[in-house]
Amino acid sequence: MNIMLRRFLGLSLLTALVGLGGCATTGGTPGDPLEGYNRAMFGFNEGVDKAIIKPVASGYKTVMPEFARTGVTNFFANLGDLWIGINNILQGKVGAGVSDFGRFAMNTTVGILGLFDVASNAGLEKHNEDFGQTLGRWGVGSGAYVVLPILGPSSVRDGISLLALDWRGDPLWYVGNIPTRNELVGVRAVDNRANLLDLSRLAEEAALDHYAYVRDAFLQRRRSLIYDGDPLPEPDPAKTSESGESKDTAALAESELPPAQIITQWGERVITAADEELTPAQEFSGAAAQPVAARPEAAGVSGAAYEPRIPSNYEALLAVSGEVHDGLARISLRPR
Amino acid sequence: MKLFFTLCFFLFATTVLAQELAPDAQVKKITNEVIDIIKQDKDIQAGNRKKIDELVDAKVLPHFNFGRMTALAMGRNWPKANVEQQKVLTNEFRTLLVRTYSTALSTYKNQVIEFKPLRAAAGDADVTVKTQVKQPGTEPVSIDYGMEKTPAGWKVYDVVVGGVSLVTNYRETFNAEIRDGGVDGLIKSLASKNRSLETQASAKPK
Repeated sequence: MNIMLRRFLGLSLLTALVGLGGCATTGGTPGDPLEGYNRAMFGFNEGVDKAIIKPVASGYKTVMPEFARTGVTNFFANLGDLWIGINNILQGKVGAGVSDFGRFAMNTTVGILGLFDVASNAGLEKHNEDFGQTLGRWGVGSGAYVVLPILGPSSVRDGISLLALDWRGDPLWYVGNIPTRNELVGVRAVDNRANLLDLSRLAEEAALDHYAYVRDAFLQRRRSLIYDGDPLPEPDPAKTSESGESKDTAALAESELPPAQIITQWGERVITAADEELTPAQEFSGAAAQPVAARPEAAGVSGAAYEPRIPSNYEALLAVSGEVHDGLARISLRPR
Repeated sequence: MKLFFTLCFFLFATTVLAQELAPDAQVKKITNEVIDIIKQDKDIQAGNRKKIDELVDAKVLPHFNFGRMTALAMGRNWPKANVEQQKVLTNEFRTLLVRTYSTALSTYKNQVIEFKPLRAAAGDADVTVKTQVKQPGTEPVSIDYGMEKTPAGWKVYDVVVGGVSLVTNYRETFNAEIRDGGVDGLIKSLASKNRSLETQASAKPK
């Protein structure tokens, strides 16, 4: 059933990418070449959410006491820490990766199978990583924005990573008993949705155009996640050039103020003319154009020192992660 | 006599310092004040809109620069609006932002807020104050405030939650609105959005 679902999702994504990628860019919003398809799929997802997912999630939130819901969230979050750790290591953030494995060890034992997030209290913070972010960190552009069926906002890069790889790093898929596994996946989905109820209400309230608001929030969010909250200046030409302009005009409007300075955190690494020409699709195909180099330390910004995006030994790390993955498969709950 | 002058100087210096809080100290002070009030007020926790609005009005809004926020959201379209339109736009956008902010505040549930040390040079007039909201089971959510120094003290012109600017997130939408219906079209959309939220709120008093 779930394999069927996944195949369906994969196929729809492929159809979306192949079918609509070709006849893209007919006016509309720059940076969203698949807008026609995306809006339709967004509407479909909204419909499904309103009819099924949201009511179930609301009911779950009403029925379950808060501590029980926190336990459920923690349980699934704990299982996710392994894959998060692997991705941190693939991105060269070995310390963060080790901390993620530490979290898993601690929460699984002291935290009773992950029901309690004792590691956070002990100072090991949870991270947010997936393979799409790892690719982004390696310099792969995101490609066009794509709304996936049921799964929601994504991009070509993140969607492919999700469907091709991320589920493999998800321990739930290794549960041998299919009905049990499906139930677990279902509960996790409902729990996730319940946690997002406030946020989705907020977005609906705030948005003039719900589709565009969710899209732009998603794109900003992903950009921020890839750089762990310290993103480079936005690659979107309209946004970068405008923010400077608007700051100036805003300052002028209040006349007494000097024009606001636009200091990018990384000194020289301002958007060049060449970058401005890039559409997201070009950015994706010409991924290598994005230099792997770290931010110039010479910019003299304290605390902004960054590791290179690709660890020099990343092939070895890939191999290790493969072993971890195989190990995960071996120790899975599959009945023998 | 010399001592007198020295004393005077110190007195003067300390009063000025007291008035002019550093931006991060200011954010910390306001956040803590607001959270203390929410924690003590059962009505606000239950989602009493009127009380939340009053709290936001009294404690938060004086520290926001809505003119700059609107300009930032409009981007290159800002100069296309005349002074009168800019005023109306700022007003409508302010209503929308305040509403979102109040709704967000009403969802506050005892999360711990951590204040990060400010990274700025002494003379900076434009800084980012970084905070983090911690909650078990999920990674901490960052809330960053873009702040600028004005004659009336430090003012917030951008709020960035989890990497998403609540201000510039509107830019594409505003662009599209202006492309389709000009500045007046955008004003109309904003006004009707605010009105529909208003009627929604009065329809189901929460």
